[in-house]
Amino acid sequence: MNSAAIMVRGLNVFYQQYQALHHIDIDIESNKVTALIGPSGCGKSTFLRSLNRLNELIEGTRTEGQVVIDGVDIYAEDTDVVKLRKQVGIVFQKPSAFPMSIYDNVAYGPRIHGVNKRMVLDEIVEKSLKQANLWEEVKDRLHASALRLSGGQQQRLVIARVLSVNPAIILMDEPASALDPISASKLEDLIAELKTTYTIVIVTHNMQQAARVSDATAFFLNGHLIEYQPTEKLFVHPRDKRTEDYITGRFG
Amino acid sequence: MKPFGNRREQLIYYTICSGAVFVALTLVAIVAFVAIKGVGCISWEFLTEIPSRMGKEGGISSAIVGTLYLTLVALVLSVPLGVGAAVYLTEYQPRVSRFTRLVELSAEALAGIPSIVFGLFGFVFFVIFLGWGWSVLSGGLTLALMILPTIMRTSQEAITAVPVEFRENSLALGATKWQTTSKIVIPSALPGIITGVILSIGRSVGETAAVLLTAGSALGMPVLPTDPARSMAVHLYFLASEGISMERAYGTALLLIIMILIINYLANLSLRRFSYRLKG
Amino acid sequence: MKETLIEKLLFFSALVSILAIILIIIFICSQGIPLVARVGIKNFLFSTTWDPANGQFGIATMLVGSLLVTIGALIWGVPLGMALSIFLAEIASPRVAGIMTSMVELLAGIPSVVYGFFGLAVIVPFIREYIGGPGFSALAGAIILGIMILPTIVNIACDAIKAVPREYTEGSLALGATRWQTISRIVLPAARSGIIAAIVLGMGRAIGETMAVVMVTGNVTRIPGSIVEPVRTMTSNVVLEMGYASGDHQLALFATGMVLFIFIVILNLVVTASLKAGE
Repeated sequence: MNSAAIMVRGLNVFYQQYQALHHIDIDIESNKVTALIGPSGCGKSTFLRSLNRLNELIEGTRTEGQVVIDGVDIYAEDTDVVKLRKQVGIVFQKPSAFPMSIYDNVAYGPRIHGVNKRMVLDEIVEKSLKQANLWEEVKDRLHASALRLSGGQQQRLVIARVLSVNPAIILMDEPASALDPISASKLEDLIAELKTTYTIVIVTHNMQQAARVSDATAFFLNGHLIEYQPTEKLFVHPRDKRTEDYITGRFG
Repeated sequence: MKPFGNRREQLIYYTICSGAVFVALTLVAIVAFVAIKGVGCISWEFLTEIPSRMGKEGGISSAIVGTLYLTLVALVLSVPLGVGAAVYLTEYQPRVSRFTRLVELSAEALAGIPSIVFGLFGFVFFVIFLGWGWSVLSGGLTLALMILPTIMRTSQEAITAVPVEFRENSLALGATKWQTTSKIVIPSALPGIITGVILSIGRSVGETAAVLLTAGSALGMPVLPTDPARSMAVHLYFLASEGISMERAYGTALLLIIMILIINYLANLSLRRFSYRLKG
Repeated sequence: MKETLIEKLLFFSALVSILAIILIIIFICSQGIPLVARVGIKNFLFSTTWDPANGQFGIATMLVGSLLVTIGALIWGVPLGMALSIFLAEIASPRVAGIMTSMVELLAGIPSVVYGFFGLAVIVPFIREYIGGPGFSALAGAIILGIMILPTIVNIACDAIKAVPREYTEGSLALGATRWQTISRIVLPAARSGIIAAIVLGMGRAIGETMAVVMVTGNVTRIPGSIVEPVRTMTSNVVLEMGYASGDHQLALFATGMVLFIFIVILNLVVTASLKAGE
């Protein structure tokens, strides 16, 4: 099977002296939603951030091993981080619209990559907002400040902003945890639609959510990948005792 | 807060409150006094005519222009340097860095230096050593060094207050560091930076000793940056301390206070916008 | 390419503060030290004769003048500043505190030459009329400076008081202590290092102030017999004579500025030490 969008081999991540990830091997499949679960501090967010080299923004971080995306090891010396990050988008927990208009938020990515023609930008903005299921709500006020949007709308705006640069992979770090239940469910619907076009990796605390949106689930504990299975299997017949304890709520 | 309990406590309470009232009254007294005495002097001619007979007659137009000119030169230099330094320390240096500490210590030291010492330095360095003479340039650059710490510190605070998510989101979209800094971080911090700049304008407008030693006290209208200039504050000093014209001194003082009032108002306005922008 | 160029430019901007402070020290000292060496450090600091025309450069009278107006300013400026800080941090409603804070900002914004002018026009005649002497006096300087150092003291002291954890206050009140007992025995001691820093910085502001002082203190180079007699401060000395001084006379003014600078450095070190002790 060669449908792996991301192939991780022997990944170790250190913060100063502390080892946050221990020898992770995992193949993440294309056009699927892969959920990462586990208790706080288990390394799932660190793992997610290592997929587009965001960890290196934190001082004192060191990474070993390989992360192969599209046949290229992203930690190789000659990798263009800017290109990588364009290819691998990320949505963070806290909806974080830039303090500018809705339009400018979405156009920000294309602009920094050199797209300046108004018509092209208009098109990208409309397409991205539509894909993020936000177009209908904002099409009459594209030039209003994005900060006036609700949390759920801001999160979908952030997704539109990620989509605008045409990534192949979208990482999501607990994207729904700061949202109200209705906004969260809209977001889950959106994720289901997006996976037809994109490979999605999502970190979540919420196991029902993982069960609902994902095709495969990986369970992390203390920096180790404990178990990785199709979601249904993992939740119904976990192989590992620790996975079972976690999903039945015995710890974490 | 509730007034304090027993008799003795109440006495202390009223003493503290009267201290506050006293300060408020002092401020009002200074402003009102200058306003009442000075308002009669302010006229179109006062604002637009060049002083004659050492300022006994005519207006103060050259001093107004001198003040604005000096402030402008100071800002042209200190804003890019101050904001640039703040950006470097916050975005390009690790959070704990000896270099940052050293720059911050230097800025603190600069901020503590009395203006007269800046005046002496500006005189020996710009006026004599670089040979620029008493000029708008010498005075403006001296002022630039004086306001640099304020601009740097307020910019640093404003930039640090920009949520780290903004940077991560921008970098995650494939923006370079400078794209992120120039298109996201600085614009988000802008109202905070502007507050610092406005406060610095206040400081330059009111500065006297350093300007007197570096820009001179010529009464003519400054045109080139190499021309000597007299600021309103310096003009006020000569008018009052040499008893040239008390009436015009009141007028000049009133204009200075009005400028400071406007500057403080704008600074507050911009600060409110800043907190609004970051909270949404 | 572009990115590294920009980083270099930004680095240079950050260097400017360091360069500026080094240049200031070098240029002031290169002018001041040779003269002090020639006159003798003891003579320069402790001789009361300032007679530039005859090569006599003693700044003792100005040291006394500077200290006198500064201490005078602290004597009434500190209690007033503390009262205002306590008022802002502990007593005033947010609305009143907001208004008072704007007023303190305005006090800080008023140019020193305007304070000097106000002193010249109001305080000097008042002292002459009701207290005695020529009016131009150490007292006039101290009164004006006392007002001018208020913003410095209030800004820092008020922050220090506000930074005292709420639990301290509540714990004390819960034990049945009165409001003032709580403020005087818990809050102020807990904010001590910040308050000391505020006072020392206020002192630095007073000793370095020039225009307000030169306009109201009379500027006579004599040790005053009382506070209603005129004095000359170090700062006034520079601003008064710089316009026409040359040769050794000019160097002596730089030496005066150098002494002032050393005072400020010492005060700043005290502030840093005090704040560090408070951590």
